[in-house]
Amino acid sequence: MEMMSGAAMVVRALKDSGVTHVFGYPGGAVLDIYDALYAQDDVQHVLVRHEQAAAHMADGYARSTGKTGTVLVTSGPGATNTITGIATAYMDSIPMVVLSGQVPSMHIGEDAFQECDMVGVSRPIVKHSFLVKRAEDIPMAIAKAYYIANTGRPGPVVVDLPKDIVNVLEEHPYVYPDDVTMRSYNPTLKGHSKQIKKTVDTLLAAKRPVLYVGGGAITSEASALVTELAETLHAPVASTLMGLGAFSGVHKQSVGMLGMHGTLEANKTMHNADCIFALGARFDDRVTNNVEKFCPHATIIHVDIDPASISKTVAVHIPVVGSVDKVVEQVLTQLKSKDLSGQSDRVADWWKQIEQWRARQCLSYNTDSDLIKPQQVVEAVYKHTNGDAFVSSDVGQHQMFAALYYPFAKPRRWINSGGLGTMGFGLPAAMGVQMANPDEVSLVITGDGSIQMNIQELSTCLQYNLPVKIISLNNRALGMVRQWQDMIYKGRHSHSYMDSMPDFVKLTEAYGHVGIKVDHPSELDDAMARCFAEKDRLVFMDISIDQNEHVYPMQIKYGAMDDMRLSKTERT
Amino acid sequence: MRRIISVLMENEPGSLSRIVGVFSQRGYNVDSLCVAPTTDASLSRLTIVTHGNDKVIEQITKQVNKLIDVIKVTDLTDGTHVERELMLIKVYAKTDIVRSEVNRTVDIYRAQIVDVDAKNYTIQITGTSDKLDSFAKAMAQQTEVIESSRTGVCGLARGEKALKL
Repeated sequence: MEMMSGAAMVVRALKDSGVTHVFGYPGGAVLDIYDALYAQDDVQHVLVRHEQAAAHMADGYARSTGKTGTVLVTSGPGATNTITGIATAYMDSIPMVVLSGQVPSMHIGEDAFQECDMVGVSRPIVKHSFLVKRAEDIPMAIAKAYYIANTGRPGPVVVDLPKDIVNVLEEHPYVYPDDVTMRSYNPTLKGHSKQIKKTVDTLLAAKRPVLYVGGGAITSEASALVTELAETLHAPVASTLMGLGAFSGVHKQSVGMLGMHGTLEANKTMHNADCIFALGARFDDRVTNNVEKFCPHATIIHVDIDPASISKTVAVHIPVVGSVDKVVEQVLTQLKSKDLSGQSDRVADWWKQIEQWRARQCLSYNTDSDLIKPQQVVEAVYKHTNGDAFVSSDVGQHQMFAALYYPFAKPRRWINSGGLGTMGFGLPAAMGVQMANPDEVSLVITGDGSIQMNIQELSTCLQYNLPVKIISLNNRALGMVRQWQDMIYKGRHSHSYMDSMPDFVKLTEAYGHVGIKVDHPSELDDAMARCFAEKDRLVFMDISIDQNEHVYPMQIKYGAMDDMRLSKTERT
Repeated sequence: MRRIISVLMENEPGSLSRIVGVFSQRGYNVDSLCVAPTTDASLSRLTIVTHGNDKVIEQITKQVNKLIDVIKVTDLTDGTHVERELMLIKVYAKTDIVRSEVNRTVDIYRAQIVDVDAKNYTIQITGTSDKLDSFAKAMAQQTEVIESSRTGVCGLARGEKALKL
């Protein structure tokens, strides 16, 4: 049996759990662990400038790869700084393990220096947590943490490590468990056969079916299966914000994103459908609008690995507990034994109707302006990256423009904080993506508000040569707040205006990167070309856009899914 | 509607706080909570009395079941069941009249006097929450109640149905 210190066990257990990158920041309670990290090359540590960013980096790493992201921070403020990042991962079901230092066991509860009850503070926003009490328990706790984080409905797991148990001076036997199965935790993956049969019958009887695809389709790597299902059924596919890319946004059966800022055709399709097949989506309030008026004609089939997500907001007719990939596979197997020759005829009228909604071209915007339009910027980014970049985003108007104007052909290319809506997420997430995918283009579409919430990470980018491309839609305002103030508060822009914007180009240069300022539509194309030509350097594009542009379409509050504003003056 | 949710879970530190957390963070009500290890010391059994409509109760059972430490959850009120609660109640019993009256009531309710002092009685009573409420009310009518402590409800399903591994 190998003997080693608690600190060495932590690092070794990370390696044995398949960890390659740890995003973190040292401090008193974790100095022993950092000393153990120093002595090895298996696990690469990435030193951030703020612990919140470490969590978002681990998150971006996880979203782009499907692997679990890892964070290592010290006790007290180090741990609490990760809270926003943990909550972000929790809301979007992202696998993450956060190792936090803790004061020595004998001082827990004494209000010791840098003490904070991390297990308690993080409890509502973690899938599970461990407070490890003995060094011998470290490998099991870490192995279980990774198992829990990335099985079932994924989520963040906190492992709190008191300083005395990671002491480098005491050695203990190291045993990495072969088996981490737990009697209290057995996620259901395959759908119940009776429910599958009902699903297939309902799908085949439908004249106006729609697939409503969410993040669960990405988590379970079900893209190919979902595509096969959609093509077999000739059904339109609407994606949630979290599901973008699970079904290709450029596929002719895609009606785009649904929900608050969804396309007219997606929301009309949902509202008028007679059968909604929800795959790994959770009927979020940003999708349903008023649940009382939600899709009144539809038989709803809901596939979700988390039973608690089913019938939480909208009562469904056919619940199927299971992972999207397994259930779709089961459905496809049954469909193959059916006569599908009449399927395209059955939905022919439905498609005629959908084409009429599409013809409204709800995403068209004024392209003759002297001011740069945000939509135009996203379209330029799409063009210059051949639609194949990893696109992270912050939160606000730019996020919606990115989601609507950059159709994703592949899963895991769209990285955004959908559930929690965390400003400051974008840059560190794009860095985590770049770490995991060094040969790909990793860019972040952000705004002048969001980017300043984690701008210190420009320093980390220099240290690790991360050539992230920052596309900042600078409207000198908090755009989404301003839009709501225009619409609901009679244009009273209470604290949504920033009077003291820094010179972002100089700021970027101060951090050792390349800054480009763009003020006029005619400069945009060349500037983009310059930006993406800089393969090895971080480029910050400070793009001055039309301050008065709103995101449309937009659902009208208290209405049905398809009650929408289509522009400042038009509504459905 | 009043419901009794029974939970079988790992007897580990932090488990209870997670359950209580689900109730507070999701805005569910806890009317009473009773928890102790089972005959298998690695397991702990909780009985939670709550109220809400069917949708809320369904969410409560699902959200509690989702906790990693939780092995099984059942709504005892779904079927027939036995439920009991224990109360200790201390009342003034200074005069003979009060003493005999309290004694009579104790007999009627099949309660027990478990401690006697010059000025007071401590009475133990078990039964359904209703019975305990009624007894407490009777005591308050007959004398002055000094203090009382209740365990909260615990319960088991009738018949063969059981919450076990």
